[in-house]
Amino acid sequence: MRDSLNRLAARASTEGLLDVAYATTESPFGPLLLATTPKGLVRVGLPNQDADGLLLDLATRVSPRVLEAPAQLDQARRELDLYFEGRLTEFDLPLDWRLSKDFRRKVLRAIARIPYGQTRSYTQIATRAGNERAVRAAGTACGTNPLPLVVPCHRVLRSGGALGGYGGGLPMKEGLLRLEGILDS
Amino acid sequence: MSELTGPYSPFSSDTPEEEGRVSRSVVPRRLIQEVSALPPFQTLIDDHAGDVMAVCRGAVGRGDADDCFQETFIAALRAYPQLRDGGNLRGWLVTIAHRKAIDHHRARGRRAVPVAEVGEVAVTDPEPEGDIWAAVGALPPKQRAAVTLRYAGDLPHSEIAAALGCSPEAARRSLHEGLKRLRKELA
Repeated sequence: MRDSLNRLAARASTEGLLDVAYATTESPFGPLLLATTPKGLVRVGLPNQDADGLLLDLATRVSPRVLEAPAQLDQARRELDLYFEGRLTEFDLPLDWRLSKDFRRKVLRAIARIPYGQTRSYTQIATRAGNERAVRAAGTACGTNPLPLVVPCHRVLRSGGALGGYGGGLPMKEGLLRLEGILDS
Repeated sequence: MSELTGPYSPFSSDTPEEEGRVSRSVVPRRLIQEVSALPPFQTLIDDHAGDVMAVCRGAVGRGDADDCFQETFIAALRAYPQLRDGGNLRGWLVTIAHRKAIDHHRARGRRAVPVAEVGEVAVTDPEPEGDIWAAVGALPPKQRAAVTLRYAGDLPHSEIAAALGCSPEAARRSLHEGLKRLRKELA
């Protein structure tokens, strides 16, 4: 049956019927859900997020043609593995931004430019996104980031240096900041 | 519909996040189907691939079952976004499998050498495994389809009739005849 299903996923892809491919991958924080469209990575689900709920959301907002097709996510899995090993500091993956719109997308694009091992405040990000007073909106954009890790919202802290929040839970945010040498381990 | 905008927020750090792992079973599949008309296509595969494969085996035999299976799911995937009613996805898939089996037999029929006399005979030879589906494969087409849809596809008589394009009584009769023949073959 496994062979049949692999053949099916491959054929769906070549016939242009694979609108959303997904896979899970292990991380030091637990399993991650990765989803891609033909355009690029569209969703990263963190270990504490409900994977069924995320897939249902993709079915509704992108297309119900959602298939488990790990081969489509090989590159993303490889880069994330290297990142968690501390051997990759910049992701080189095509991204599909369709799940964020307008100001939120500007915020996420600003976050995507924060270099490895550095942090910014919500205020700095709001300013970068073109509205220095929209600090709260910038926070919401971080909080609804559909591409955590790859769009490194864990590098955004409160102005005083407090951690702020994280979709994957604060221990994960701390773990990522330690991995990148921002926090002492 | 859930926008999934609020599982977390940078301003909610006072409330400790619950630690957990990716839990694919938190939302029961049944609930998903109620919430959304069309669940992710993968749930159709997870829930029904085994049944579809069983229908294909019964309808075209073990050797060609995977082709029938692939054709069925590709056709389903193609049509899926336009599907109006997500209520009976299993019946929908089984019916597609039945149609693909007919296509398969037609294609095979076109390749076949003409004979002087065409009777109500089996479309494939019984298979060597000697299991029950080999015997089903040796039934005349209508009986074979009725038995397959009933026992591999688990369809009610009304849906078998719809798939076969006959009355429920005729479907019941084909099923009955098929079972009678099977009992005799396997006795």
